[in-house]
Amino acid sequence: MRLIQGNEACALGALEAGCRFYAGYPITPASEIMEWMARKLPALDGTFVQMEDEIASLAAVIGASWAGKKAMTATSGPGFSLMQEHVGYAAMTETPCVIVDSQRGGPSTGLPTLPSQGDVMQARWGTHGDHAVIVLTASSVLDTYVMTVKAFNLSETYRVPVVLLLDATISHMRENVELPELEIVERITEAEGGEDIFGNRAFFPFGVGPRKVVTGLAHDEKGKPETSRGQVGERLLKKALDRLYVDRDHIVSYKNYQAGDAKWLILSYGITSRPARAAVDKMREEGEKVGLIDLQTLWPFPDELVQSYSEKVEGILMPELNLGQLIMPAKAAIEGRAPVYPFNRADGKLFTPAEIIEAMREIMYNGKLDQTAILEQRRNGK
Amino acid sequence: MEPGAWSPLLMPKKGKSLERYLRMSQMPTLWCPGCGHGNIARGMLQAFDELHLNLDQTVVIGGIGCSGRTPFYSNTNAMHTTHGRALAFGTGIKMANPDLTVVATMGDGDTAAIGGNHFIHSCRRNIDITAIVFNNSIYGMTGGQFAPTTPQDKKSSTTVYGNIDEPFDIAELAMAAGASFVARTTTFDFQDTTELIKKGIQHHGFSVVEIITQCPTYYGKINKLGNAVDMLEYEKDMTFPEEDEPIDWKELSGQMPLGIFREEQRSEYTDRYRELRESQKSKTDVT
Repeated sequence: MRLIQGNEACALGALEAGCRFYAGYPITPASEIMEWMARKLPALDGTFVQMEDEIASLAAVIGASWAGKKAMTATSGPGFSLMQEHVGYAAMTETPCVIVDSQRGGPSTGLPTLPSQGDVMQARWGTHGDHAVIVLTASSVLDTYVMTVKAFNLSETYRVPVVLLLDATISHMRENVELPELEIVERITEAEGGEDIFGNRAFFPFGVGPRKVVTGLAHDEKGKPETSRGQVGERLLKKALDRLYVDRDHIVSYKNYQAGDAKWLILSYGITSRPARAAVDKMREEGEKVGLIDLQTLWPFPDELVQSYSEKVEGILMPELNLGQLIMPAKAAIEGRAPVYPFNRADGKLFTPAEIIEAMREIMYNGKLDQTAILEQRRNGK
Repeated sequence: MEPGAWSPLLMPKKGKSLERYLRMSQMPTLWCPGCGHGNIARGMLQAFDELHLNLDQTVVIGGIGCSGRTPFYSNTNAMHTTHGRALAFGTGIKMANPDLTVVATMGDGDTAAIGGNHFIHSCRRNIDITAIVFNNSIYGMTGGQFAPTTPQDKKSSTTVYGNIDEPFDIAELAMAAGASFVARTTTFDFQDTTELIKKGIQHHGFSVVEIITQCPTYYGKINKLGNAVDMLEYEKDMTFPEEDEPIDWKELSGQMPLGIFREEQRSEYTDRYRELRESQKSKTDVT
């Protein structure tokens, strides 16, 4: 058992997963991740580079991945915005890499450094064009460790960029954790074979196997640019997206907290799942059948999971530290099977269990939710 | 045009065929007739040949634009990156595997505009990458807009009344930023192209080889500089070989000096990191 910080758990998870290259640019509240990597990587035969900006950081990470290293970067919203150019490049070139975004209030410089869940949509759609990407999140220090390892494993398995969304609170909080032993996915080596072409899992770095052509242009399986026949690029794009869809059960992680027999459901993720869990405990004590689904995979959105719960409950509360982002795919999955109530704040504060209980009771007993009233009332100390 | 006759890449008037250095599946090149980029690419491939580079262990990286296409044509590992960012990718490649030879082919916009930051920081770190800068004073791929290297008063599609910007001198910028090998030549001086690229690759540190090249399609046309041959003459007139005496960069007006401006041995970035790693391995408890 050891007392560690969320950012430290992230760095430890990365090292455990085999990450041996880190490039980044300092930004609060993510900087401790790079400080840990700068300290630990040299003795592990790894490499750390502090780059000139976040654009360069993700470029270096992608370059290092192609040079044979498991590689990552970490940032916060403003840096994540700059990285979008290369999130697209990583997706187009099927490059395994991990990007940690410890969210703070935005847009722009926003609220340094108060927690937020405002980058949920950007993590999925931030770069231009359709593309495959996996987005994970965590609601505790231990989960941060586990999900960081999972981020690397998924990235290597599907050759996609994986974004891990943390937030200012998770990054900086300390918890006692027992770090579990986890399975690590290694890159396929040349000896293991597998055809090293785009659209396949096998991924040989520069200097191993046939010479590579890597480009952000639409290209065929061999990497040859193909910009006049758009269907060639579309074929690879669909293949990348299909892989994630077909294997969704493997990719989707969530925690079921008393949701099995729940009549009323809280659907949340990340830091917000913590007050939600406390709210469930309190309401269960009073005999109210409330449960929580704590999503750890945000994209691909676990629509079958959410849909199946929506068939069993009378209403769903969706608290988020943004003005309503993940509720969009959730509503699309639920398709009116149960009423879904948004509960949002972007003021840099976390929800309290009492606020979630009050909101839940309003929908349970009044069938409506005036979320502004609840939050304003508490803000004004009434 | 006959297949196979598309560029100086394939049909050298002199010297041996470099076909094994070309990725034939990518031919023909997309460069316009008269473009100097093929000459630079040939110079680069000839340098690879003369240095007996192991092509499996060589990565040619490029940015975006006409010059950025060079990696496709080079039968090495090839990484066509994003606009201006080739050196940032290259830094990751070289740091992750210093045994790879990394050569970047970059345009003047890549180098001095959108990628200016990556360029000066690569110079500062002195990482062992060779940056070949294809300087044609114009944005060719996007249709002839002015570049940070377009001289004052010259025309482009976005400076139709003449350019009011002050241009960058890329070699001077590289020296100011700390590159340890800096050289410049032109496509008119073809033999020097190969020699300087060879020296740049052999140099252990960050090498900048700037090559003034012609864009008859846009720069030549709008500035009435004639065809490709006329533009080679123009390159000759606009430049002068470096004399033995030091150049007073402040006194230069109009004409650009050519030659090797700096060639110094300084500690190289991947070497410094390796030393740091060794020192930590001996004393850090990694658990």
